[in-house]
Amino acid sequence: MTQLVRMFLLVFIVAFGLMYLTSYLNSSAGYSGGNTLTVYNWGDYIDPELIAQFEEETGIKVIYQTFDSNEAMMTKIKQGGTTFDVAIPSEYAISKMKEDDLLLKLDHSKLPNLEHIDSRFMHLSFDPENAYSVPYFWGTVGIVFNPDLVGDLTFDSWDDLWDESLRNNVFLLDGAREVIGMGLNSLGYSLNDTNEEHLQEALAKLSKLTPNVKAIVGDEIKMLMANEEAAVGLVWSGDASEIMDENEALDYIVPEEGSNLWFDNMVIPKTARNLDGAHQFINFMLNPEVAAQNTEYVGYSTPNKDALAILPEDISGDERFYPDEELTERLEVYDNLGPRMLSHYNELFLEFKMHRK
Amino acid sequence: MEARARNLYLVPYVLWIVLFVIAPILLIAYYSFFNVEGQFTFENYAKFFTPVYLRMTLSSFWYAFLITLFSLLVAYPTAYLLTKTKHKALWLLLIILPSWINLLLKAYAFIGLFGTYGFVNTILEVTGIGKKQILFTDFSFVFVSVYIFIPFMILPVYNALEKMNPTLIDAARDLGASPWMTFRRVVFPLTIDGVKAGCMAVFIPALSLFMITRLIAGNRVITLGTAIEQHFLVTQDWGMGATIAVFLIIAMAILMLLTGNRKRGLIDIVKR
Repeated sequence: MTQLVRMFLLVFIVAFGLMYLTSYLNSSAGYSGGNTLTVYNWGDYIDPELIAQFEEETGIKVIYQTFDSNEAMMTKIKQGGTTFDVAIPSEYAISKMKEDDLLLKLDHSKLPNLEHIDSRFMHLSFDPENAYSVPYFWGTVGIVFNPDLVGDLTFDSWDDLWDESLRNNVFLLDGAREVIGMGLNSLGYSLNDTNEEHLQEALAKLSKLTPNVKAIVGDEIKMLMANEEAAVGLVWSGDASEIMDENEALDYIVPEEGSNLWFDNMVIPKTARNLDGAHQFINFMLNPEVAAQNTEYVGYSTPNKDALAILPEDISGDERFYPDEELTERLEVYDNLGPRMLSHYNELFLEFKMHRK
Repeated sequence: MEARARNLYLVPYVLWIVLFVIAPILLIAYYSFFNVEGQFTFENYAKFFTPVYLRMTLSSFWYAFLITLFSLLVAYPTAYLLTKTKHKALWLLLIILPSWINLLLKAYAFIGLFGTYGFVNTILEVTGIGKKQILFTDFSFVFVSVYIFIPFMILPVYNALEKMNPTLIDAARDLGASPWMTFRRVVFPLTIDGVKAGCMAVFIPALSLFMITRLIAGNRVITLGTAIEQHFLVTQDWGMGATIAVFLIIAMAILMLLTGNRKRGLIDIVKR
């Protein structure tokens, strides 16, 4: 018994000791001071050197926290109890957060660097005035493929996916909007189409793709494609660039019929405490040199035209990630279709999955 | 005084059951009457009886049945051998050990093992059988699920076998029963409760499997669990997700009633 008590005492002493130590370390690092900024971002989605540079320039301590899905991020902000000053959600999440009143308006006078953003990426449907959000990175949905394994197929057209030679050799992303959208695009419809006939037509076309589909997977698609488990995959361009870093034999293309254009944008959520710092941070990230350095680190496409100008040619000239204007014209952002339509899209997607038997 | 003290001791259990069993079930039932826009409606139930969800239900039951069947086929002999071994505790521990490892990790390990360039295919190639697609097939789905659920089948069967009086087997032999006859007429009927418990412990979670359906079966197998996950996480259509969950709960309740121990239930009551 006394031994047990002694054990507990020891545990308590060690625990309190550690608690004191962390609080001491935090305060010596400046975390408990008033001038901190909490940034809430996707994992590995910023060059850590830039955070250090920002801290040095402004004297603001940055606390960097990460999330792995828009839904998780929204829930955390909705629940409160957090103090995120800057968050980086995707476009559909932004329109949802706007509806739920989770965002604060940006003060454009504090963001002079906004002028460096390409006008193509401003005033988009999810935030027409850019009142709440500023583009951080953007990308597309397209096809990553292994040129050695697909013969003559070039995937200039989505229809190449339906080619018989690709039997059981295609991975699809597990996303209703992406897959149904691809079906709609391949028929020449908009990927925001809500016409029931068009949707049924897309579903019928997709069900013909069934014999070619090896699997419909989530994030594992990066690992599976890099390991050459299949020759072709439908992916986001961000994933594609990671896959191609892993396996240089692969290539990426956005078919000509058009595809999705997605954005991750910087916003200031309702939970923000350090508004000045948040604006300073956003403005800092919009600085062309900073944006260029960040682009080299992250590998996604930057919306910052002046950053693009100083990036080396092999990045800025890469048409796979910076498609020419003609193609960009045909890319569409996902509109917020409302919960009912989104639910319908998902049911169609479930039906497509069921067809595979 | 004593009765009051006893009631006091009951409080934590009652609280637990109300908060973590009854309240969640009521909440699920409650949510199932609301559509995406948050209006009261029965449309979720109507939707459940459309071909998409009915086929999904059917396939869920079919795969859960397969998983239970194969688990039983593997687990029964294993449990039987276990009762004959010397270091029972050690063997039991070894069988339970894998269930300490996170499910996701095990699934990822199987992706590595079963992949086109994975360990199993390398062996198949070396032995001259040639490469086969293993990952993303019905086989791999049932195999991995059985692997995951097997400890839950072995334990109750093992307990039932352990409890059985071994002299009964000797008696059956003495009376001239063949080994098969002994098993069919003596051993199996005496362990049927363990088998039932094991089947319940496997069948019910197998009905609502998800994640493995994506990781190992590449969404070739669609279960009700997948649909629930999608409705809660992607479409945020909690009503429909809850409706499917209600049907799963009903299905499980029916199963419990059907396989429940009738001897102790009905007959006892009738006798009284």
